[in-house]
Amino acid sequence: MSDSAHTLATSTGLDSRKLAIWTFIGSECLFFASLISNYLVQKPRSLVGPFAHEAWTDPASGQVFEPIIEIPLVTVGTALLLFSSLFIVLALNGAQRGNRKQLLGWLGATLACGIFFVGMQVYEFNHFVHKGLTLQQNLFGASFYVLTGFHGTHVTIGVIWLLTMFVLALRRQLPPERAVNLEIAALYWHFVDVVWIIIFPVVYLIK
Amino acid sequence: MDAHSTAHEHGHPTPGTYAKIGLFLFILTALEVGLYEGTYGDHAGALGASLQPFFVPLLLALSAVKFALVAMYYMHLKNDSKLFSGVFVFPIIIAAVIIVGLVILQAYHWAFSTGG
Amino acid sequence: MATTVLGEQQVHAAHGEKTGLWSWLTTVDHKRIGILYGATAFFFFLLGGLEALLIRIQLARPDNTFLDPDTYNQLFTMHGTSMIFLAIMPLSAMFFNYMIPLLIGARDVAFPRLNAFSYWVFLLGGLFLNVSFLFGAAPDQGWYGYANLTSRQYSPGPNVDFWNLGLQILGIASLAAGVNFFVTVINLRARGMTMMRMPMFVWMSFITQILILLAFPVITVALILLMFDRFFGTHFFIPAGGGDPLLWQHLFWIFGHPEVYILILPAFGIISEILPVFSRKPLFGYAAMVFSGAFIAFLGFGVWSHHMFTTGMGPIADTFFSLSTMLIAIPTGVKIFNWMGTMWGGSLQYKTPMYFAVAFIAMFIIGGLSGVMHASPTADLQQNDTYFIVAHFHYVLFGGSIFALTAGAYYWWPKMFGRMLDEGLGKVHFWLMFVGFNLTFFPMHIVGLNGMPRRTYTYPAELGLDLLNQIETVGAFILTAAFTVFLWNIFKTSRKPRNAPADPWNGATLEWAITSPPPEWNFSEEPVVHGRDPLWEAKRQRGGPLPEPSPGTGAGIHIPNPSYWPLVSAIGVTAIFVAIMLSPKLGAIPVVVAVALTFFGLYNWLFEKGYSEFSTPGGGGH
Repeated sequence: MSDSAHTLATSTGLDSRKLAIWTFIGSECLFFASLISNYLVQKPRSLVGPFAHEAWTDPASGQVFEPIIEIPLVTVGTALLLFSSLFIVLALNGAQRGNRKQLLGWLGATLACGIFFVGMQVYEFNHFVHKGLTLQQNLFGASFYVLTGFHGTHVTIGVIWLLTMFVLALRRQLPPERAVNLEIAALYWHFVDVVWIIIFPVVYLIK
Repeated sequence: MDAHSTAHEHGHPTPGTYAKIGLFLFILTALEVGLYEGTYGDHAGALGASLQPFFVPLLLALSAVKFALVAMYYMHLKNDSKLFSGVFVFPIIIAAVIIVGLVILQAYHWAFSTGG
Repeated sequence: MATTVLGEQQVHAAHGEKTGLWSWLTTVDHKRIGILYGATAFFFFLLGGLEALLIRIQLARPDNTFLDPDTYNQLFTMHGTSMIFLAIMPLSAMFFNYMIPLLIGARDVAFPRLNAFSYWVFLLGGLFLNVSFLFGAAPDQGWYGYANLTSRQYSPGPNVDFWNLGLQILGIASLAAGVNFFVTVINLRARGMTMMRMPMFVWMSFITQILILLAFPVITVALILLMFDRFFGTHFFIPAGGGDPLLWQHLFWIFGHPEVYILILPAFGIISEILPVFSRKPLFGYAAMVFSGAFIAFLGFGVWSHHMFTTGMGPIADTFFSLSTMLIAIPTGVKIFNWMGTMWGGSLQYKTPMYFAVAFIAMFIIGGLSGVMHASPTADLQQNDTYFIVAHFHYVLFGGSIFALTAGAYYWWPKMFGRMLDEGLGKVHFWLMFVGFNLTFFPMHIVGLNGMPRRTYTYPAELGLDLLNQIETVGAFILTAAFTVFLWNIFKTSRKPRNAPADPWNGATLEWAITSPPPEWNFSEEPVVHGRDPLWEAKRQRGGPLPEPSPGTGAGIHIPNPSYWPLVSAIGVTAIFVAIMLSPKLGAIPVVVAVALTFFGLYNWLFEKGYSEFSTPGGGGH
């Protein structure tokens, strides 16, 4: 990461890299909006089940499929992702004040939450496939996996990014002058959380 | 030149505030799930049936509050330059237009094509 | 002429240039990257032109057999795709890159290595798209790839995949550049240059970046959904699985309409730079020009389904989009009147850039008029899918964008290359292009309304459209002559010494205050501006022309080091998509390897030792 001790004078007084991540986030809003639109438009067009919130009997085989969505697991994951936003803010606070223990501790907690969330998603995908929901089965499956899968990919990239920051912090390369680098990573992380705040009700709670 | 300090000139939430927001977010999430269970859950009953027309607006409102809390406090928009807010909010508006537009067009097209 | 006594080598050294292939592969200098964009884009433009010429030869006679239908489909698809994504957009990018930092008084863009990355990804994406020809499988589904023609069932070959993955690669280049220029314009302006004092080309380019940032993610999602349909068995656009092909059209045009404004706004900006200089008069109605540009961009997100009037959306949807489309003609009209107001009462200088700029106005008006005619759904029912539409968009894209980009080339050529293009040849180029263009595309209005369909490899003699088609083909060859003259002009003047003055046109903006071409660091001292048209102001205060600037020594000015990591990362990104393309045969391992390569490039880039950013010329913090 470039040394922010040489932070350059800018027309607005704002850090260019921070402006850049916000710009990127703005663009990503349209990416997820398109995926969410696709989900909302496609899901009702499913020709066959299984479905999100109702049971379905396959007319060909007579097999009964239970509703796919399971609230408890995803609620835990949702809560963890929310808390991870809190944790990273506390980590950033530590970085800004030069408190390395605070930084490492809370950043580690953030990572744990993020890794667990991805793990939960992987488990959930596997579980849903076992329940009969595949990419090819119906439009609900296709839209669900694409939307939540791309979100999960974004979380994974965030985990890799935060892992990098963690290693930097371990090597004492994240002093207060460079805290803005963590701030930028945190903004990305919060965005990923905020997208999930939309996806959770739209996919899991709304019928 | 410390571009860092300008961002924090206007006051800065404390870790305590952040923790409170975190708790609030958790409660809101619990409310969302509670609303779901109360309306559609196995024990929903008569109350659930009467909640159904309000379910989606209430749920979206709860999510919107969570979104705003994370954006304003965790992403620091409340205390940062308004430029960042603009860069975030303007795409969100366009995004909302697209989501609403596509859903309406789809519903209308569906109705139109099935003789509605 | 300060540099006439120096030999070429000494001129290079004084400007701090390096030479050789490696210096180009590792450059992070916005000026060099601009030239790379321009050369690459011009090459693809000529390729797209060749594709058009072949189409015109086929259509010169009814029931012609010069091309078979499959080849014809590939040619018109690649012509459209290339002209939009590999020619007009990167030609605009040439000017974004070279000119924006100069116009705002900066030393480079906000993120020089990201800038290089964008160029390499563009080059690799363009090659990816065109390598399909070597496999005899160039994209053939039309530049907008309507579903479900693009499904595996109806397009079993790799043609659509080349197009799908190629466009995703190009999208990454555009998004990266979008972030870069957005931040550059906001944050790197010289002291005193408020947003409302920026040159109009900067404003229009700025708005264009916003459009890119908002529109490209939408087509990315559409392409991803199509990719899943073709590679992973989903049914997003496949009716048999419940999917709706119309959703593709919606998603595509939500991108596609802003895309046409992405194609034209930079051209508007160039014209707004040239007309004042060659009318010796400031731009008329600066604020109105800014706001109309912003309004066009914003409204551009609300008109997309005017491309879908014939799909049976229903009367309410048709009416809504018809109204919004007609509305968008208003801010465009404001611009036309302001350009005319700029020229009115001015002292017109009839140089080549001005020829192209004035022609732009006339050609764009014609294109705009046919556009407004399409805005009526009932009229469009007849016009859609005919050559009437082809006439419209060529008038705005060729008569508009290409004419403006050509004007910009003649205008800024001395600044970029230190040599003037020949005026005489320039005028020959102009007349050949003007006559050739109108001969090619005006008759298309007529043949279109008389029933000649688009995207069809031949037409029957009974239509009675033979003569007009022949005229169009003749026009296409005249256009070929025009570009040959242009190439000759470039070649002929490239052998002259590099001694163009800093300010050959009596310009108003900052780029004319430094040498032609500028030194690597652009400005030796930070410019300070007090209003619009800073150079005219400076000349006014001096009571005459400014003295010829010297490049300076660059002492004490910090310049970012060259780097090859943007290139490595670009290769990694492209490799991911190549691996996806090959995944049916080779599985997921190559994809993983390509992702690892990309991360390798990115991490080395981010942690590059000894790399630090530019010092922007002092100041800042308005």
